[in-house]
Amino acid sequence: MSLLTNTSSTVRLGGGRRGLRGHVAGLSPVDVSGINRDELERRLIEMGFIEGARIELLHEGPFGRDPIAVRVDDTTVALRRRDANLVIVTVQEG
Amino acid sequence: MTACHAGAPPQTSDAADLSAPAIALVGCPNCGKTALFNALTGSRQKVANYAGVTVERKEGSFRTPAGRPVRVLDLPGTYSLRARSPDEEVTRDVVLGRRGGETAPDILVCVADATNLRLVLRLVLELKSVGTPLVLALNMMDIAKRQGVEINVERLSAELGVPVVPSVAVRRGGTQALLQEIDKLCLGGETLRGSNSWHPLEAGELRALHREAERILKACSFRPADNTLTGRIDRVLLHPVLGTAVLLLILFLMFQAVFAWAEPVMDLIEGSIGDLGALIGGLLPDGLLRSLLVDGIIAGVGSVLVFLPQILILFFFIILLEDFGYMARAAFLMDKIMGGAGLHGRAFIPLLSSFACAIPGVMATRVIDSKRDRLATILVAPLTTCSARIPVYTLIIAAFVPNTTVWGGFGLQGLTMFGLYATGILAALLVAAVLKRLVWREQPEPFLMELPSYKRPSLRNVALGLWQRGTIFLKRAGTIILTLSIVVWFLCTFPAPPADATAPAIDYAFAGMIGHWLEPVLAPIGFNWQIAIALVPGLAAREVMVSALGTIYAVAETGDAAAGALEPLLAAQWSLPTALALLAWYVFAPQCIATLAVVKRETNSWRWPTILFLYMLVLAYTASYAVFHISSALLG
Ligand SMILES: Nc1nc2c(ncn2[C@@H]2O[C@H](COP(=O)(O)OP(=O)(O)OP(=O)(O)O)[C@@H](O)[C@H]2O)c(=O)[nH]1
Ligand SMILES: [Mg+2]
Repeated sequence: MSLLTNTSSTVRLGGGRRGLRGHVAGLSPVDVSGINRDELERRLIEMGFIEGARIELLHEGPFGRDPIAVRVDDTTVALRRRDANLVIVTVQEG
Repeated sequence: MTACHAGAPPQTSDAADLSAPAIALVGCPNCGKTALFNALTGSRQKVANYAGVTVERKEGSFRTPAGRPVRVLDLPGTYSLRARSPDEEVTRDVVLGRRGGETAPDILVCVADATNLRLVLRLVLELKSVGTPLVLALNMMDIAKRQGVEINVERLSAELGVPVVPSVAVRRGGTQALLQEIDKLCLGGETLRGSNSWHPLEAGELRALHREAERILKACSFRPADNTLTGRIDRVLLHPVLGTAVLLLILFLMFQAVFAWAEPVMDLIEGSIGDLGALIGGLLPDGLLRSLLVDGIIAGVGSVLVFLPQILILFFFIILLEDFGYMARAAFLMDKIMGGAGLHGRAFIPLLSSFACAIPGVMATRVIDSKRDRLATILVAPLTTCSARIPVYTLIIAAFVPNTTVWGGFGLQGLTMFGLYATGILAALLVAAVLKRLVWREQPEPFLMELPSYKRPSLRNVALGLWQRGTIFLKRAGTIILTLSIVVWFLCTFPAPPADATAPAIDYAFAGMIGHWLEPVLAPIGFNWQIAIALVPGLAAREVMVSALGTIYAVAETGDAAAGALEPLLAAQWSLPTALALLAWYVFAPQCIATLAVVKRETNSWRWPTILFLYMLVLAYTASYAVFHISSALLG
């Protein structure tokens, strides 16, 4: 998939730092989390992580910067980095 | 099937009438379902558990403006009917009419947070496939207006194909439009239930519905640039350093409140129970009946009742913080630590509550949505040091630990106390980790949680919530704990001592027999027969151990005075290793029938309280054994 090869502007949300902004490019087709991928995918979609959704990484947890709080369109969602790794973000520069 | 029974005769009572049409409130978490439920029903509500699961079932009733009686069900929040937790299963089964013994609701009211419509519109589209008449209530319209959110209600209704009404659950008259809509739906009595075509949605279908919801949202609403108040508060409360500091401060306040504020009220209750006992004792002739009433029932139930103030204060904080929107933040801050033990961030609050008493702690596990996580939290909550252990700790520490300072200023007694607390916390986290990693061999559950925007808590909701917690606790004290108190009294009273008895009466009773019978089992951990006997009444409640020891060592005083008189006696009669072993025992021992009863109620089976009892017993025995032998060896 092109969105995975074009690494210059896409990152995994799980590796993002505070202040990261962009849009959801897609949910990774590979199993990155260890849990049932389909289940995690559906949960992420239910929380609004869907292609095109506006993303901003707002806060990082106090210990090991985990979990993270992410603005997804109008909603703020807290999630662990390992689960967030399923989400691929097109970074918005500037 | 008709939605409502237009021709039904007028009801004379407001009590839930099974023939009245039933409304179910569905919606995402935190959209105001419970607030709306409270607004509709006032205090005419009943809280229970769903059969077979431990999810709370709230049902109430009210009359519509047209005078029609209606039943309402408050359901747990969910983002979709595809259930993944016991809470969500209940929502799905109630909505689909699959719960045995309950008919499907006649009307679904989907409650939406008007400031955050995106996710709920998807749910509305999903709910339509169920076929039950559906109303969308745009709740929190007051906040939406303040934020400048504009919603074209008619257009939204047309696009969705369901009636849409605005509502403000926390304001008088804020449910007017909803009530009228319900009346309208009931009016013809002809509202046909459509066919049910619901099935669990796959990722692709979810995406399609989400897109459709997005399109409708764009067409029907306008929202100005982000509301910043919540963002500004979060910049402090979720700040890695500041946020953690605030969390600690809140915890400190909570503790202070639970222990300091509750004290006078607890003393008052304790005093009144004592007075009541004395009063009844004075009225009745000396005999079995008096003993049963005073020593059994009043003392037994009373020893649990004194925790009511602590429980109410604790729940006051919990409900307040929950309504304010802070609990999700606390879970966020503590998730890493809880996650290390394989637990969910939300397990933090129940564990914290357990420092006051494991009962509210176990009750507070309801906020945890994964069943396994919730069970694990319930099983480890009694390991944290509850306040009932304090009298025992204080007695033994005062008798055996010298009141000296070490390491420049730390009191040795205080340090010992701290050590006991720390051991409890560590044990809780360790046992949870073992349960989750080794016993259940679980992959960690994903942790996805919406951080709701902050809201001013509504006093009425807090009051109703407290009232519900209080009555649940009192009902329990009135049933299970009453029964158990009588059993323990029986064991401590029968058979009666012979006329020429020299030892205290308890020595001749079943409790004494059990104590003597237990003695060889307990000898390896350094316990003498007096301790063994005191452990039996101590089953009812941990702190009863102190007064039981008083009885056995024939100390005339009771209560706090007994502890004062006991200290020198114990110091003279017990070895230090025995005292330390007893402290270790108390860190782990499952000595609280009330907790076991609550676990039974919350898990709906005897299996978990049995497992809880056994594993804590094994831990207690092992720990005491180790402490007794190591300290004996060290002290030579
Ligand atoms: N200003 C305002 N606040 C509201 C309104 N409705 C609810 N709230 C507040 O929103 C918060 C959450 O409300 P709840 O009723 O607990 O939400 P819920 O949908 O029952 O949440 P779950 O049971 O967790 O799914 C509380 O602090 C309420 O007081 C409203 O119409 N206006
Ligand atoms: Mg609720």
